[in-house]
This record gives sequence, C-alpha cells and structure tokens, in this order.
Amino acid sequence: MKEIRFIMGMPVILLLPNGTNKDIFKKVFDYLNWVDEKFSTYKNTSEITLFNNSKISEKEFSSEMKEVFTLSKQTKNETYGYFDIFKKGKFDPSGLVKGWAIYNASKLIKNSGINDFYLEIAGDIEVSGKNTDGKLWKIGVRNPFKKNEIVKVIEITNRGIATSGNYERGMHIYNPKDKYNLTDEIASITVVGPNIYEADRFATAAFAMGKEGINFIENLKGFEGYMIDKNGIGFSTTNFNNLIN
Amino acid sequence: MKKYLLSGLVLVSFLGYSVYIKGSEVTKKIKTSSNPSIFRFRENEDDNPQIIQKSITTNLTTPKTSTVLKPTTSPVTTPTGKYKDGTYTGNVADAYYGNIQVQAVITNGNITDVIFLQYPNDRNTSIEINTQAMPILRQEAIQAQNAQVNGVTGASATSAAFVESLTSALSQAV
Repeated sequence: MKEIRFIMGMPVILLLPNGTNKDIFKKVFDYLNWVDEKFSTYKNTSEITLFNNSKISEKEFSSEMKEVFTLSKQTKNETYGYFDIFKKGKFDPSGLVKGWAIYNASKLIKNSGINDFYLEIAGDIEVSGKNTDGKLWKIGVRNPFKKNEIVKVIEITNRGIATSGNYERGMHIYNPKDKYNLTDEIASITVVGPNIYEADRFATAAFAMGKEGINFIENLKGFEGYMIDKNGIGFSTTNFNNLIN
Repeated sequence: MKKYLLSGLVLVSFLGYSVYIKGSEVTKKIKTSSNPSIFRFRENEDDNPQIIQKSITTNLTTPKTSTVLKPTTSPVTTPTGKYKDGTYTGNVADAYYGNIQVQAVITNGNITDVIFLQYPNDRNTSIEINTQAMPILRQEAIQAQNAQVNGVTGASATSAAFVESLTSALSQAV
C-alpha cells in the first residue's frame, strides 16, 4: 500500500504492507504535519519563527524544540563546524529536522507493530524489514544532472539514506569555514547510515565540505557514501559497493 | 687550447642537454602515469558486466593532503561522538604547496574544537588544490541504470521541479 502527501512543501511517500490498518498512514502524516507547524521557518506561527522574532526565549522551548536545538549543536561539533544552524543570527535547523522527523515517524510505525515499510520525504528515505517482494529494499541514486535517471542501485534495509546536492531546496547548506564555495565542486553526495536522522545530518555536513565530504564519510564508522562531482565522476567509500547486488 | 675549450664546451652542453631531456622524460613519465586507468569487470554482475574505472594514485604525484582528522593517539570517528577526552594532534601532512596539521580537542566525548596548526591558506590556489585532494577511493564515470527500484534518493529540488516530481510520483500512486 502506497500513499503520497505533500507536507512541508515536499512529497512524502509511505509504503506499508498490503492489508495494514489505514490509521497508520494517518498517524504518520498527522505527525509530519505537526512537525511542519512547529519547525517551519516559512510559517509565522511556528516555534522557530517565534524564537527568531524574539517572541519566545530559549527557556520557553517545547521539549521537541529543545531536542532539535541540542541535536543541532551536537551535529555542529561532530562535523568540524560545517553543519551550522545559525545563519545571520537566525536559527534554521532544516538541514536536520527532515531526517529527524522521518526517524520519529518510523518509530511511530514500528511501535504500531509494523516492521516492513518505506518512508520518504523528498529523496530522504528510511527503510525497514522487507519490501513487497520479501527482499531488501532497492534504492536508486538519482543522477544530479538528469533527474529522471538513476546511476546506482543499492539494496538495503533497516537503514537511512539521504542525498544532499546543489539543487537542494532552500539555502540550508553552506560552508561556514571560509568564503570559497566548496560546494561548487560536487553535484551530490549520498549517505547511507544506521537511520535516516544520522544519514541526513551527515549528508548535509559532508556536502558543505566539498570534495573532502566523501573522505569525511569514509572515516565515519557505520556509514557509506557515494559522491558525484561536477564532472559526473562518482566516488564510492570503500564498502559502498558491497551494497550493490 | 682554444679547440679543447670549444670541444669541452660542446661536450658539456651536450651532456647538460641530455640530462635535461632525460629529466623531462622522467617528469613526463610521472605525469602520464599519475592517473592510469585500470579497466576491470565488476564482480557479482555476471549478466550485465560493467566497466569500472579505478584510479590509482601514486605518492609521487599526489601528496597526502587530507584535512580530515588523523589523530595519532585514538581511532578516528564514530557517529555518536563518543571519543576519549583530550587534545589530539594529527600528523603533518605534506601538501606540495605547504603543510597541513590539525589538532582536535575532545571534551565529554565530543569534538569541541579543531585547530589548524599548519594550513597553507596564503594563496587562493592553495585552497583550490586542497579541496581537490582525495583519498584513494573508487572512482568511475556515472552510468545510467535500468533496474526497477522501490524508491530513489536525491537532493530535494527547486519548487518547479518539486511539482513535477510530485506529479510523477502521484502518477505512480494511481
């Protein structure tokens, strides 16, 4: 069973085994809408916007906001400062919230007793259990130069996979380290991690590192990556190709 | 005497020239062998073998210029940030345009600071070269695949492409 919604300005795709209670779709989409209301930097009423407009202080944060705030700081520390949520004095955790939201929604599905599922928001994916054929989930890596083409196919489960690229929506990726735009060097970087939260935040940071990003992923235990540079050359981490059947 | 001088001069210049030629030949050799391509068939794909271009990098032409932390006293990284506390100094990495050395400060299991002890940032070209330094990883030109997949990962698109993507996604949902 497949359902698609348009939430956070992005397509959300949820695949559940045939015969699953429809309530689970509703539960997931309701949760993601709630996240959007709370964390959208485009909405005047979101907690993020209220904070950025000095309507509320850090002390008044909801527990979820506190969590995202803490995770953002932690990620900044773990990525040599390449992941930065403060831009021009405004707090913008959008490079992390999407993965975090998919991860939490995945937990909702599992807590409902469903182990086989696929949940995607605009190219960032969490897969669990088996696909509809009873096999590993087959995921294509989009060609950053031709969006209807895939250039890699990997087979994974119980993992998250995220891609950051130059054609990313919004401006949440930038290089805070120096004025040279390292991100011009690469077209996209795909990261496979233990879950979508981890994959998404490290894909965001690795992309900001330019060509060094794949090196960064290579050194992260439990992660694999595939980077495509501006000339259409793909670079795989050592064990990325083990994911290809 | 003049004759000897002249012939000596000719000999010396000939020797000098041949050394120069030989030297440039060596340089040329290094240059042409700097990125040789080995073509081989990928394993585990018997029905549809693909040519993989694997790059071999030699120390002669590609200095180890990784700016990724290589601490001498502890393993590199884990995603959860559980490091041993302390200050770790990395090896000096010889980039032919200068040296790179970093120091990491770990507090409560997290990287709290990374200091560049040496970093050749005096010229724009240095930055440019530095960003191109790559570990020895598998490289290949990207190629279109024809497999049926459950989903596709990619960076989110601009709003116009978004609508297009949504439309195509919805068409599959029917």
